[in-house]
Amino acid sequence: MEPHVIYRHSIATRILHWLNAVCVFVVLMSGLQIFNAHPRLYWGEYGANTDTAVIQIGSRHAPAEKAFPQWATVPSWQDLAGGRRWHFFFAWVLVFNSALYLLISFVNGHVRRDLVPTRAEISLRHLARELWSHLRLRFSLRHYNTLQKLAYLAVIFVLAPTMLVTGLTMSPGIDAAAPWLLDLLGGRQSARTLHFLTAMLIVLFIVVHIVMVILAGPVNELRSMITGRLEVPRDGA
Amino acid sequence: MTSRILTRRQMLLRGSSVLGGLLLAGCDRLTNAPAFRRVLESAETLTYRSQRLALGSGALAREFRESQLSPVFRSNGTSFPESDQYVRWLEGQFADWRLEVGGLVAKPLSLSLAALRAMPSRTQITRHDCVEGWSAIGKWTGVPLSSVLKLAQVLPHARYVVFHCADSLGGSNADTYYESVDLLDAFHPQTLLAYELNGKSLPVQNGAPLRLRVERQLGYKQAKYIVGIDVVADLRGIRGGKGGFWEDQGYEWYAGI
Repeated sequence: MEPHVIYRHSIATRILHWLNAVCVFVVLMSGLQIFNAHPRLYWGEYGANTDTAVIQIGSRHAPAEKAFPQWATVPSWQDLAGGRRWHFFFAWVLVFNSALYLLISFVNGHVRRDLVPTRAEISLRHLARELWSHLRLRFSLRHYNTLQKLAYLAVIFVLAPTMLVTGLTMSPGIDAAAPWLLDLLGGRQSARTLHFLTAMLIVLFIVVHIVMVILAGPVNELRSMITGRLEVPRDGA
Repeated sequence: MTSRILTRRQMLLRGSSVLGGLLLAGCDRLTNAPAFRRVLESAETLTYRSQRLALGSGALAREFRESQLSPVFRSNGTSFPESDQYVRWLEGQFADWRLEVGGLVAKPLSLSLAALRAMPSRTQITRHDCVEGWSAIGKWTGVPLSSVLKLAQVLPHARYVVFHCADSLGGSNADTYYESVDLLDAFHPQTLLAYELNGKSLPVQNGAPLRLRVERQLGYKQAKYIVGIDVVADLRGIRGGKGGFWEDQGYEWYAGI
């Protein structure tokens, strides 16, 4: 059974994917640097040391010196000012990159053709079958499978916009311009908590994404995101 | 066959951890490279311009109800300025303290605390957001900075208002705290020279006798222990040249985010 090669990813998808990967790693790790400056999260408008935290790293009386270790932060040493510089620069790049991705993907049909599942695909029966084949580590390569599509859609249309909106709500300037954001999210400290939790969901996505690439054939998958070409079994689903 | 796949997988894992380490070391080196630092800092201009656009001239920071006050308003940075001068002022209940207003003004001023308290005041309950991430809600009473600036008559080529403080975070006198805002924030109706917190004279740990409230920016802009106001055309000649104590350490001058 000769494998044959299909053209999987458009040049736009490939370039934006890697630019996106760089930006996401930087904003995540500089975000952990910023989090380290006050590793406690609250719910509501206010929250500081004597208030009750909903999540904290380290004990209340001795908050962790560094909640996240050196290898997880940018810069590696404790540097809130530096972390903020990295975070906001790459957040801006990410905004432009994402806007471009959305524009191109709607225009060239990537969203409709590759990402939106068909009615048949979102039947419980089909989803159960896909889940079962995932558990047996059998993946179809020719098209995105439904779980994969739903994961991508969730990141693009739910998690990424949530990151942006919760991030903006932490800005005292934006809060003055758009105070309704505070009502939407329940306050600045709630926004900060949601920003952190959503970031953790994105980390979860990245972990699963990389594991899937490795399980599905890392060389073939990596090449497809560089040259656009993916080897698939000739009669493979 | 199995062993070959495993080897390849191990190679990938090892390769990616080496690559990750190199990338991180690269980020660290870039952080210390002045040219790259300037690239990162360009984001501040973009943020400043777009927020000014979004804010228009007069958007107000949200004001809260009494029931929403933080039970404890946290103090940060200096909690007691250690200079002999400050201790003398404190012992005399700030009767000898003066706020010196100068620089690009037609009428330099020297105002006592009583004179400031005699001016029309504004009270507002607002949220204080520290750059570290925490927030506290407090009730501030003070003189709108615009009233003082109008009294002093700001000259046409003025661009910034600089606040000089009595405390020194670095320990030596050369390191006294200072801050600055542009005229748009200086004349904003919620920008106060506050002398009361939660209905009482400003506690020492929160900046007695006078501190700045510039409500659409972060906590480090809210200079405490103010002793002097200087109206200037340019920030570059002052101290580290970046417009504030923390700005000279690498923090953004525009702290609206």
